Amino acid sequence: MNWRTPRTGGLALLAAVIALLPLALVNNYWYEVAILIGINAIVCVGLNLLIGYAGQISLGHAGFFGLGAYGSAILSVRYGWPPAAALAATTAGVALLALVVGRPILKLKGHYLAMATLGMGIIISIVIVTEDRLTGGPDGMSVPAFTLPGLTLAGERVWYWITGAALLAAVWIALNLIDSPAGRALRALHGSEVGAQVSGIDATRAKVGVFVISAVFASFAGSMTAHYSGFITPGKVSFFHSIELVTMVVFGGMASTFGAVIGAAMLTLLPQLLTILKEYEMVVFGGVMIATMIFFPRGLLPSLMLALGRKRK
Amino acid sequence: MNAPQLEVTALSKAFGGIHAVDQLSFEIEAGKVHSIIGPNGAGKTTLLNLLTGVYAPSSGSVRLEGSDVTGLEPHELAARGMARTFQNLQIFFNMSALENVMVGRHLRERSGWFTAMLRFPRLTAGERESREEAAELMRFVGVGEYIDADADAMPYGALKRLEIARALGSKPKMLLLDEPAAGLNPTETHDIDTLITRLARSGVTVVLVEHNMRLVMGVSDHIVVLDYGRKLCEGSADHVRSDPRVIEAYLGSEGLAAC
Amino acid sequence: MLAQLLQFLLAGLTVGAIYALVALGFAIIHNASHVINFAQGEFVMIGGMATVSLANSGLPLPLAIPIAVLAAAAVGVVLEKFAVEPARGASVVTLIIITIGASILLRGLATLVWDKKLHALPPFSGDQPIELAGATILPQSLWVLGVTLGIVLLLGWFFGRTLTGKAMLATAHNPLAAQLCGVNVRFVLMLSFGLSAALGAIAGILIAPITLTSWDVGVMLGLKGFAAAILGGLGSGTGAVVGGILLGIAESLGAGYISSAYKDAMAFVIILAVLFFMPSGLFGSKSAERV
Ligand SMILES: Nc1ncnc2c1ncn2[C@@H]1O[C@H](COP(=O)(O)OP(=O)(O)OP(=O)(O)O)[C@@H](O)[C@H]1O
Ligand SMILES: [Mg+2]
Repeated sequence: MNWRTPRTGGLALLAAVIALLPLALVNNYWYEVAILIGINAIVCVGLNLLIGYAGQISLGHAGFFGLGAYGSAILSVRYGWPPAAALAATTAGVALLALVVGRPILKLKGHYLAMATLGMGIIISIVIVTEDRLTGGPDGMSVPAFTLPGLTLAGERVWYWITGAALLAAVWIALNLIDSPAGRALRALHGSEVGAQVSGIDATRAKVGVFVISAVFASFAGSMTAHYSGFITPGKVSFFHSIELVTMVVFGGMASTFGAVIGAAMLTLLPQLLTILKEYEMVVFGGVMIATMIFFPRGLLPSLMLALGRKRK
Repeated sequence: MNAPQLEVTALSKAFGGIHAVDQLSFEIEAGKVHSIIGPNGAGKTTLLNLLTGVYAPSSGSVRLEGSDVTGLEPHELAARGMARTFQNLQIFFNMSALENVMVGRHLRERSGWFTAMLRFPRLTAGERESREEAAELMRFVGVGEYIDADADAMPYGALKRLEIARALGSKPKMLLLDEPAAGLNPTETHDIDTLITRLARSGVTVVLVEHNMRLVMGVSDHIVVLDYGRKLCEGSADHVRSDPRVIEAYLGSEGLAAC
Repeated sequence: MLAQLLQFLLAGLTVGAIYALVALGFAIIHNASHVINFAQGEFVMIGGMATVSLANSGLPLPLAIPIAVLAAAAVGVVLEKFAVEPARGASVVTLIIITIGASILLRGLATLVWDKKLHALPPFSGDQPIELAGATILPQSLWVLGVTLGIVLLLGWFFGRTLTGKAMLATAHNPLAAQLCGVNVRFVLMLSFGLSAALGAIAGILIAPITLTSWDVGVMLGLKGFAAAILGGLGSGTGAVVGGILLGIAESLGAGYISSAYKDAMAFVIILAVLFFMPSGLFGSKSAERV
């Protein structure tokens, strides 16, 4: 087994970090932060497939996250579905929606695509805020714990391990995809769309496919959040959250699965650390964003790897 | 005489006021080397773009092996056996050289999403085969030394041949090359010459767009001369070489004697 | 019936003019640098908030307004110089993140310099509504429409007739060629950010007496402006103006006749619908990509 490939070495490292991290999590608050990192990382790993590898921007993925969260919540609260069934139905529903809207949207390019995905996300968010009989509106709604027959999943410790396992699975799936014919097709589209097309790649199909996958990752993470935290508000569906997710991906490093995880970790931690700055928080956060992108335009992990590679030579 | 492999009828493409390809008709016979020549801006690249579905024609039709393929998407035409290279390289610079060629095999691979994401065992076997065949193709076109390289670390001449290897990955029936020798030195050009001859001998139809007359005159079974998007004349190398209109429009007075 | 329709149209036209000004800012910056400046909305906020605070400190409006516009333009130039220029050549997404970072930073600064409260600016010439065929219009709306019209004409003259304006268009078309012809491309970039910021600020000042202003008004206005610019076709000045007006009117009609809760969604539904059929917007160039 070659431990230097991402699929073995990288996954093993990530598993080790997840296994050992609880030693450093001194109280429930830090467990919560760790879970939040894991959930964001799952979304970012999916989003990175779309943005980093296939080169298609989305400024609306919080919409899919929100649909996952509210779908699970509404089906289990308002219609009394068992959470597992609600999760399955919601995920399938979001996949279908992404498939339907993805076709026309992904024909667009560049800033037009950015606008369309942004618009889609905002529309979802406005619907969730406005349909308050179903969603509780701006006040949000509470969600029951996730139960399986004879088993209730509750508490930070339990959810830490669930999130950790889900993240490992998400990373494994992403790494598999990237290193496969379908994944090469995505990267080829990023490299040269005509080059890919004349090689027999159906560009629309490939783009829509990865759009659906990234939407499913986001939706699943949304459903997890709903059941884990027991309460959801429209904040997680907002334009700002979409931007936050893209920033995590770009920050960690586009076209790098582990970069996406690192980006999610950094940008989830940063605001926690910056709270001590009180009213200066936004200014510093914005400044850090600008500076990082100027000095590491390719993102943290790829820039770091590049520097290490140079040193070795 | 057997039916032509490709039949182009009154094909036209206009960009605003420019008739880049204008009422063009010609036929391409299977297994031969066909060249398309003409001065800069004559519409050669536009023609290849039309034939491979990169542009949709303004009017006219294209029939491939008897069926109408006008307006099909590039990937659909690729599935019917068309492959090409580009005048302005369309390499995937975000990938390794080997992966570039593996993409060329896309149509012959298991490209299902679930197979990929869950990495079913049958994928692994296919991947190994894909790697080996891609490496073989790279050696075939003469860029074997770059098998482990990243595409963005390769020199221009090697990239041009990498594109040919990628195009061959699909085992095409027809290969369209847009100025494969442009920017290459005489040795490299000679290699391209040999490569084209070998491909034609193995049964692949070659459509060659090229400015290098020595190369064109040497390998072509049939030549179409374009000028301002129209067909000026066509025929064998000897026939084209001696056509006064060609000499006039394209090669200038000192032209063909040199070939 | 008709009076009500007219009322909605007038309201839509007013907001649409504001969107048009913001959209023009997007178009000018995009033309000069191919950057989508997600901080564009913050100039709107800075214009409004700066005018309010200057006016509160006793400055008469005719003095406060130009100072606020100049301040916003200066912020625009600084943004170009210290955030966008150092990242030249970075990918589209990276540049988007940078301008979003700038937007967060500017909003943070606004809460520090000013506060998180809502502020009102007094109307320029009273708030006595004017009767118009059964509908009414605020004098401030006339200001919005008049100033916007003036600016559109002025920009038309600037880009069509002056050397600097033509240099900016040349840079948009082909930066290298423009540079070779002696155009100072870096100056053009700074100018475009300054000009866009000034346009945004003017929009923010004009609308502040009608809708109030605060540290976070820039977000939605910026997004609507972006939507308007895309609707019209990125880079087209006419497109930006038409896009803005169309969005404003559609929103107003939608809110009036369909549902006011979905007013903000209207703009985005329209833009999606248009893009599905016209992937380069209404006036965008549809040139085939060359290969
Ligand atoms: N996408 C396009 N948009 C507008 N005009 C185009 C486009 N592609 C080609 N043209 C125009 O069509 C004409 C033919 O161009 P084309 O590239 O086909 O010529 P060519 O024969 O390949 O020339 P060369 O030998 O220089 O490669 C030229 O006038 C060119 O400017
Ligand atoms: Mg050409």
